[in-house]
Amino acid sequence: MNKLVNIKIDGKSVQAEEGKNLVDVAKENGVYIPTLCYFREINPTLGTCRICTVKLNGKHTTSCTAKVSEGMDIEVNTPELLDNRKAIIEMLYAEGNHFCPSCEKSGNCDMQNLGYDMGLTVTRYPHVFTDKMVDFTPKRMIMESNRCILCKRCVEEVKTKDGKDVFSFVKRGVNTRVQIDYAEEEKLSESEALRAMTLCPVGAILVKGMIHEQPFGDRKYDLLGNDILPIEKDKKVLKGEQEKFIVATTSLAGCFGCHMSLLDIDTDLLDILDIVEFNKSPLTDIKKFSKRCHVGLIEGGCANAENVHVLREFRKKCDILIGFGECAIMGGIPAMRNFVPLKECLEESYLNGITSEVGADIIPGHEDIPKLLNNVYPCNEIVKIDYYIPGCPPNAQHIWKVVKNILLDEEFSIAHNEFKYD
Amino acid sequence: MGANQQIDRSKLMSVLWKIQAKKSCIEHDDITKIANEFGLSRMEVEGVATFYHFYHRTHAGKYTIYLNDSIISRHAGYESVKKAFEKEIGVTMGNVSKDNMFGLFQTACIGLSDFEPACLINFKPFINLTPKKVKKIISDIKNGKKPKEICDYPLSKIQYTPEKEKTVFLKPYDTFSSLKYIEDHSPEELIELVKKSNLAGRGGAFFPTGLKWQFCRQNKSDIKYIVCNADEGEPGTFKDRALLQEHPETLIEGMILAAYAVGASIGAIYLRAEYRYLVSDLKKVLQTYRDNNSLGKDINGIMGFDFDIYIHLGAGAYVCGEETALLHSMEGKRGEPGTKEFFPVEKGFNNRPTIVNNVETLCAVPRILEMGVDSWLSLGTEKSPGTKLLSVSGDCGKEGVYEIEWGMNFREFLELIEAKDPYMIQFSGPSGDCLSEADFDRNICKEDLSCGGSVMVFNKSRDLLYILKNFSDFFVEESCGICVPCRTGNFLLNKKIEKLILGHADKKDAEDIKSWSQIIKTTSRCGLGQMSSNSLNDAMVKFPEVFEKSLLENTDFNASFNLEDAVKEYDQIINEISSDYE
Repeated sequence: MNKLVNIKIDGKSVQAEEGKNLVDVAKENGVYIPTLCYFREINPTLGTCRICTVKLNGKHTTSCTAKVSEGMDIEVNTPELLDNRKAIIEMLYAEGNHFCPSCEKSGNCDMQNLGYDMGLTVTRYPHVFTDKMVDFTPKRMIMESNRCILCKRCVEEVKTKDGKDVFSFVKRGVNTRVQIDYAEEEKLSESEALRAMTLCPVGAILVKGMIHEQPFGDRKYDLLGNDILPIEKDKKVLKGEQEKFIVATTSLAGCFGCHMSLLDIDTDLLDILDIVEFNKSPLTDIKKFSKRCHVGLIEGGCANAENVHVLREFRKKCDILIGFGECAIMGGIPAMRNFVPLKECLEESYLNGITSEVGADIIPGHEDIPKLLNNVYPCNEIVKIDYYIPGCPPNAQHIWKVVKNILLDEEFSIAHNEFKYD
Repeated sequence: MGANQQIDRSKLMSVLWKIQAKKSCIEHDDITKIANEFGLSRMEVEGVATFYHFYHRTHAGKYTIYLNDSIISRHAGYESVKKAFEKEIGVTMGNVSKDNMFGLFQTACIGLSDFEPACLINFKPFINLTPKKVKKIISDIKNGKKPKEICDYPLSKIQYTPEKEKTVFLKPYDTFSSLKYIEDHSPEELIELVKKSNLAGRGGAFFPTGLKWQFCRQNKSDIKYIVCNADEGEPGTFKDRALLQEHPETLIEGMILAAYAVGASIGAIYLRAEYRYLVSDLKKVLQTYRDNNSLGKDINGIMGFDFDIYIHLGAGAYVCGEETALLHSMEGKRGEPGTKEFFPVEKGFNNRPTIVNNVETLCAVPRILEMGVDSWLSLGTEKSPGTKLLSVSGDCGKEGVYEIEWGMNFREFLELIEAKDPYMIQFSGPSGDCLSEADFDRNICKEDLSCGGSVMVFNKSRDLLYILKNFSDFFVEESCGICVPCRTGNFLLNKKIEKLILGHADKKDAEDIKSWSQIIKTTSRCGLGQMSSNSLNDAMVKFPEVFEKSLLENTDFNASFNLEDAVKEYDQIINEISSDYE
């Protein structure tokens, strides 16, 4: 054992073995530093994801690449550093295509779990919607580059018996991606291939036929964080008897699942109606705004011109807009068409799809049919959205809790396990 | 490796270069062959080949034209020159003519900012381009002339040196003279002298050179390396070119002295590919040193002092100016910066102790021996003694290379370069500082306005946002892609500048720029990301009027979303279909 040195982590003096990795030292001393690319077995450490950035003696550095030495002063959980970490996760979400509900790794994904941990509801960055290659050619694997976060774990760790790389970075800058070498990939054994899939912190590397469907609750991260309780806040009591809050809802390019979920509040709905009055909403079938609303709940993103009009109308008529469900937040499943040319989309749905009639040859075009947009847009790229409720769909109690919190001007107090992206 | 000894991987880039030069492209089969020879997987070689932008996987034309698109070139007439090229060879930018004769590409600053617009054709320089000159060049080539027969030989415009006894770099040099020092001094004495001289890294980082040498000397190893960083990639810099052209002997002697000091046996000049036309002259000078027994075995009769220098040619990657990326590149890998777990003096090239010094730093050492450390220390300021080479370009009367004494007043300097009505000065390149009139009374020295070498001057007629967009494009293009803040952060900042230019940005966007830049700055892996947002943020502080003018009031509606544009594609498709019916 190396000699012990004295260091300070967030003001707390601790002793640690000299030369030991800072992430591990912090963990042993009860300070959790989130990591994504860090993998104990890989030496030297990768230092690619930058999430474990801390301040070491006043200078920003990644803790996975730092080794402890005498007198180190480390800041881990300052507001700035916490926000930096969240910002990086958000940037990773924005640069790739992370449609959790349709991802094989959902529930077993390190990045998704970090998102939950950090209470991430939306990214502050506009979604890039990249269209990188999805490679099905390798014998055993699938490489979904749009999910890859370029952590480099697979590049450094997966080698053939004769020491050659199976995965390599190609190109550079925003075009950088991981490419599988087909010839070398064939040489991997079944278990080595599976290891590559597990090594991948997201859902970029998949092994064909080996993607087990695990029920919700059995996946790696499903039960994690249940013990993290919301912080209790002093509740502000509404002064006097006010008029009811006016709420409007709409479903744009969504599946109505979020509205269905809303109805799952069951009998609590009666309590809600005590303080809330619904205006324009599919629930009331009121088609036009008849008064100004306190809150507008938006399901779905914008896929056509009508969606845009409705969304803008909501922005004008509502004080607060809440996007609920993945589609409103980042485009969701409908946004998967962003990687297919619009013409192909139309042809597939009206002419060539398996549900079109034999001999169908018309793509309808009429002034009454809303025009499709070139892409599906997240709502916040059209108008300002004030709050977000993630989930596909979000849990009924969760939606109501958020709305109530906002209406009653309470601080958010959402438990870790109450929100899920999938 | 064991019994099955593979070819030394550090030769990979030169092998790729040979194929690129011969066939104007690196084909699938070439990659397979190289991979077998080097004992690598195909994709690993592919990864290296696709990292550097001068290697092409598809045919780049028998005559590959790289037109510089730096901001200086843009202001000097890039557009009309580009159009002339496109017209003469019949393809648009970024493409290759059908007969594979000409390929036209744009590239980042090629170190000829004092002769813009400039281009490289098969890496031969052509300067001060005009549409007329372009027409002539292309017709000459079509008539069978070779680029090397008709290219220019841009000699550095040395505009200013201080009075004779104060000039350090740009004055005649008595070849081999500094090497006498090592015949009767120990390496320790040399290191002490360099430490005493306070010489610090001239690339802009100001790391004390003597200390670096000392650390490297202390590390025991079978082999040590001296690497000269001649990757001068910061847009607007060309002062190292001047040294390489005018006084390559001081560089070589600087490297020999460094090798003597730390006990190194192999030296390398990492030369950016844009300076490939300097290689043959450099090789000649190296040969004169070998002939004089100043390179090779038992140098200058000192038994056991073996040292030789080779040239490693880069292949187009700005990030390789970062020393760990540079070393990776020399090892035949992708030029990605390392994690700084070790300094190069501990584990550098091939994991051996390595000195990486800038051209100017190395050139300074024989000059200090020549003039004596005391006269050197009498020049400049306390923290930055001596003189400094600056490359000046843009809106000023006298573009070129300036040797100034550290500590010069900035206003005085502006008069010297005949900058009339300077509005914005980009100091130390796009990753440096953006200066306005408020800074003109400052002094050029480490204590105040420190500088790596690039000075770009812009007058009031220039569009600041356009300049910043050019800088941002550069960083997006040159980010190595290994860490997300730099890779995507710069891409997103670029979109914000676009929004500003289009007049769609509101106050919230300005706040975003500030806070996002801070995130990129504090979390990026290397200097490229950490510095990339400097100019933009500086400009926002120093030229608020420009930004205020282009910022809308905060609204709840995103001005950059245009419904008409968003449905255009749909309208087009529907129109096509309905016209099919008729």
